[in-house]
Amino acid sequence: MFSGWLTAAVFLPAATALVLVFMPRRDSWIRWTAIGATVVELGLTIGIFVAYEVDRGGVQLVDFLDWIPIDGFEANYFLGVDGLSAPMILLTGILGAAAAFASWRVTHRVREYFIWLLILQTAVTGVFASLDLLLFFVFWEIELIPMFMLISGWGTGQPRYSAMKFVLFTLTGSAFMLVGILALFVSQDIGTFAMISLPEEGIVGIPEKMALASGLIAPAGLIFALFFVAFAVKLPIWPLHNWLPDAHTDAPTAVSVMLAGVLLKMGGYGMIRISTGFFLDSPGFQIKDIAWLLAAGAAISVAYGAVVTLRQTDLKRLIAYSSISHMGFVMLGIAAISATGDRGPSGGLNGAALQMFTHGTITGLLFLLVGMTYERAHTRHIPDLGGLATRMPLIATAFLVAGLASLGLPGLSGFPAEITVFLGTWDTWPWATGIAAFGIVLAAAYILWMVQRSFFGPMLPRFADVKDASAVDLIPVVGLIVPIVAIGIWPSLITDSFRVGIAAMLG
Amino acid sequence: MDLHDLYLISPQIAMAGMAGIIVLLDMFVENKRVVMITAFLGLAAPLALSLILWFNIPDDNVGLFGALIVDRFSLFFHILFVSVGALVFLSSARYQDKFEGFRGEFAALMMFSLSGMMLLASARELITMFVALELISLPMAALIAFLRDDKSSEAGLKFLLMSAISSAILLFGVVYIYGFTGTTFFAEIFDRVASLQASGALDPDVPFGSYALLFGIVLLFLGLAFKLSAVPAQMWVPDIYEGGPTPVVAFLSVASKAAGFAIVLRLIYAALAEPALSLDIGALFAVLAAVTMTLGNFMALRQANIKRLLGYSTIAQAGYIMVGVAAVATSAQGGGTASSGPQGVLFFLVGYGFTNLAVFFAIIAITNRTGDDMISGFAGMARRSPVFAAILALGLLSLLGMPPTVGFMGKAFIFNSAVNADLLWLAVLAMVNSAVSAFYYLRIVRTMYLDDPVSDDRVDGDISLTLVTSLTAAGVLVFGVAPWFLLRFAEVAIDGLAIG
Repeated sequence: MFSGWLTAAVFLPAATALVLVFMPRRDSWIRWTAIGATVVELGLTIGIFVAYEVDRGGVQLVDFLDWIPIDGFEANYFLGVDGLSAPMILLTGILGAAAAFASWRVTHRVREYFIWLLILQTAVTGVFASLDLLLFFVFWEIELIPMFMLISGWGTGQPRYSAMKFVLFTLTGSAFMLVGILALFVSQDIGTFAMISLPEEGIVGIPEKMALASGLIAPAGLIFALFFVAFAVKLPIWPLHNWLPDAHTDAPTAVSVMLAGVLLKMGGYGMIRISTGFFLDSPGFQIKDIAWLLAAGAAISVAYGAVVTLRQTDLKRLIAYSSISHMGFVMLGIAAISATGDRGPSGGLNGAALQMFTHGTITGLLFLLVGMTYERAHTRHIPDLGGLATRMPLIATAFLVAGLASLGLPGLSGFPAEITVFLGTWDTWPWATGIAAFGIVLAAAYILWMVQRSFFGPMLPRFADVKDASAVDLIPVVGLIVPIVAIGIWPSLITDSFRVGIAAMLG
Repeated sequence: MDLHDLYLISPQIAMAGMAGIIVLLDMFVENKRVVMITAFLGLAAPLALSLILWFNIPDDNVGLFGALIVDRFSLFFHILFVSVGALVFLSSARYQDKFEGFRGEFAALMMFSLSGMMLLASARELITMFVALELISLPMAALIAFLRDDKSSEAGLKFLLMSAISSAILLFGVVYIYGFTGTTFFAEIFDRVASLQASGALDPDVPFGSYALLFGIVLLFLGLAFKLSAVPAQMWVPDIYEGGPTPVVAFLSVASKAAGFAIVLRLIYAALAEPALSLDIGALFAVLAAVTMTLGNFMALRQANIKRLLGYSTIAQAGYIMVGVAAVATSAQGGGTASSGPQGVLFFLVGYGFTNLAVFFAIIAITNRTGDDMISGFAGMARRSPVFAAILALGLLSLLGMPPTVGFMGKAFIFNSAVNADLLWLAVLAMVNSAVSAFYYLRIVRTMYLDDPVSDDRVDGDISLTLVTSLTAAGVLVFGVAPWFLLRFAEVAIDGLAIG
C-alpha cells in the first residue's frame, strides 16, 4: 500500500533542504524557496487533515513498504494517519510555515539556517506520521541535530550551553525509549514494531498483541517506565523540565516557536499513543495502576510551572515556564485513564489531545510575538518595557489575543481544551483538578501582568522610533490567530478527529 | 601438508607473498609510486582467492593438521581486512610523503599485518591464534613508529611493550586451558569440557566449573582485550592514537579490532559454547563491556586532541561491540544463533569500519593541510572544506549512533540481541553511554560548523583520498538506511560458524 501523501509531507522539507545546499549564494532566493516549501507543506498537511475521513476512522493514507526484511528485525516503512495524528500533522504544517515566515529577517548564514529548519520539520512530521516504532524512533532522534545546530548557532544568551543541555536531556530520555522498543520487540508475544494494526498487510499492532500477551521479556511496568521517561523529558514534566527554560530562552524565535509548538507535543503524543495505548491491558501492569502518580505529577507541574512563571522577568523565560504549566494539563488529561462511569477515560484524553493542539498554536504565537518585540525593543526584560502598544498596536493586539487564549478566555481555543480536561478528570482526581484549576488563576495573573507591563502604561521615550509589524510579519501572526479563534468558536473542527482516534485506541 | 592445505591457506599466502614481493621491489625500483601501485594492485590476489573460496567452500575445509578452518565466517573477515587495507592505502597517498624513502616498507609491513589478521580469522587452535596475533602486532608496532618523531617513536615502543605483556598474559591463560583440557584445538576443548561436565567433574558453584579453567579463560580474554582495546588493556590506546601516523591509526582502529572480535566470536562458538561456560563468559563480557564503554566515554569528554579523543571513543565503541558479544555468549548455549545476535556484531563491526575510516580519512585530508590535530584547529572547517567537514560530521554522528547512519542500525541490532539475552540493564547502560557521548562528538561538529575559521585557506584532498572518503561516507549512509544487504551477508557468514 502506498498512497504517497505522507511520504510527500514528511520528505518535502528535507528535499527542499537538499535543493538549498546546491542553490547559488543569494540569500533572498534561499529564503523564499524555503518559505515557499513550508507553504506547500502547509497545503499538504491541510490536505491530509481534510482527506482523513473521520466517519470511516482507522488508519488512512497508509504508506507501507518493507524496510528491513530480515528475520528477527522486521521493521517496516509504515506511515499513516489516524484521528490522533492527523491534527498533529496539521499543527506541524501550520507551525512550520509560521517558523519559516518568522525567520525571514534572519541574515546570519541564511542557507545553513533554513537547511536545519527544514530538516527539523521533516523530523517532526515524521514522528507524527510514523506507525512503526523503529521508524518513529529514527525521526525522534533526527530532530535533535537540527535543534542543536539552530540553538547553538543562531541563539542568544548562552546558546551553546542550552543546546547541549537540551540534547543531553533528550538523548538520555530517548536512550531509555530505544531499550523499551527493543524489549517489546523481542518479547515472544509481541515481536513487531507496528504501533497500530493494519489488516490489509496482515499487520497486528502492539496494542492488540499486548492485550493478549501472557508475558513480556521484562516486567510491563519497567517497559512502561522506559518509554515514559523519554516522553516525560520531552513534554516536560517536573522534575525533568530543567532543560526547557534554557533552550526556549536562548533559541532563535522560529526555533522557540517550533520547540514550544510541536516538539513538546511529541512527548504528549507519545504518552497518549504509546504509554496509554500500549499499556491499557498489558500483562501484569496497566497504566491505570499509576494514574494517581500521573495526576500528582501533573498537579505539581501545573502548580510549580505557574508559580515559577510569576517570578519571571524575561518575556521568553516567562512563556517557557508557562509551557511547563500548560503541558501539565496534558498529563492531567491522561491521568483520567483510570476514570470509570459514563464519561470514562476518553473525556480527559480528548482534552489532553486538544490541549496539545491549542497550546501549540497559542504558545507558538506568543513566542513569535516576543521575537518581534525583542527585535524592535532590543530587550525582553519586562521592567524595561512598557507602553509599546502605542507604537506597535498590531503586535500588542495580537499579543493580547494570544495571552487571553493562553489564560483560557472562552471564545478562544485555550478554553475548550482546558475545560475538557477538567471535566474529564474532575470525577476521578478532584484534588489534582483543583490544584490545576488554581494554575489557571495564576495564569490569568502572570499573563495579564506581563501584557500590561510590557505593552501598556505610558509610552517610554526610548521606544519612540519602534515600528509596528510589517505585512510579512503579519502573515504568520494571522495564520496562527485563525486556528485559535476558529477552534475557540467551533472546537469540533479538531476534536472530531481526536475523538475518533482516541475512541479507537480505547477500543 | 598437501596441495589442499595450500589451497585453503592461499589468501594468507598470497598476502604474505605480495608483501615479500614489495620488499624486493622496493630495493630495485626508484620510483616509489610504482611500488605503491603494485602493492595496491597486489591486494587483488588475496581478495580474489578469498572470493573464490567464498563461492566454493570445500567439503574438507579444515587444513594444516586441523589448525586452520576456511568457512564463510573467516572469509567474511578476509574480505573486510583486504578492503580496509586497500582503502587505507588509497587514503594515505599524500600522507606517505612524511615517510620519505620508506613507502615500500610501509606497504609491506601493512600487508604482513593483514596476513596475520587473515590467519587469526581462520585459526581454530590456540597456538595458531597466538602466532597470528604476533604476526599482527609486530609489524603494527613498526608502523606506529613510522613518523620517527618523539611522539610516534614513543607510541611504537609503548605498543610493542603492551603487546608483549598482553601476549604473555594470553599465553599463561593458554597454558592453563591446555593443562586442564589437554588440547589446544577449539573444538576439542568444547568436547572435553562437555565430557567433564557430564562426569560431574565441574563444580556448578564455581565460575567455569573449576578455578583452573576460570583462571585460564579469564587470562585468555584479558590477553585478547589488548586487541579489542577493552578494559583492562586499554591504556595504550590514547597515546598510540595520538602519536601514530593517522592512516596507521585508522587501520589499527578498524582492522585490528575486527580481527580481535573475530577470534573472540570463534572462541565463544567453537570452544566455549558449552552452556556451563558460555553463561559465565556472557557475564564476564557484560561486566567488561559496562566498564569499557563507561570509561571510554567519560575519558573522552575532556579531550582537546581529536586523535586522542577518537582513541577514547574507540574504547567506548569496543564496549558497545562487547555488549553484543556478551549477548551472543549468553544465548549461544549449544551453538544456537539468537535472533540478530552474532550477525549484529558483524554488522556493527563493518558499520564501525566504514564510520571510523570515514572519520579518519576526513581527518587525514584536513590535517594534511593544516597539520593541526587539535579540535580547535577544525574551527570553521565547514567553510574551508565543505565536503570533508560534512563527511567528518556524518562519521561522528554515526559513532554517536544517530539515525539515519549505520552507527544507529548497528547499535539497534546489538542492543536488540542484548535485550533478547535478558541483559536489559546492559542495554540501558549502553544507551545512556551513547547519550553521554553526544557531548564530545557534537562538540566537534559544532566547532566545524559554527566557529569562525582560523584561516581562509581552502582545504582539499587529492583524488584518491577524496574518492575513498566519499566511498566510506556513502557506506555510512547507505547501510544506515538500507541495512539488509549487509545483514544478509553477515547472516551467511554466521551460518559457517558452526561448532567444529
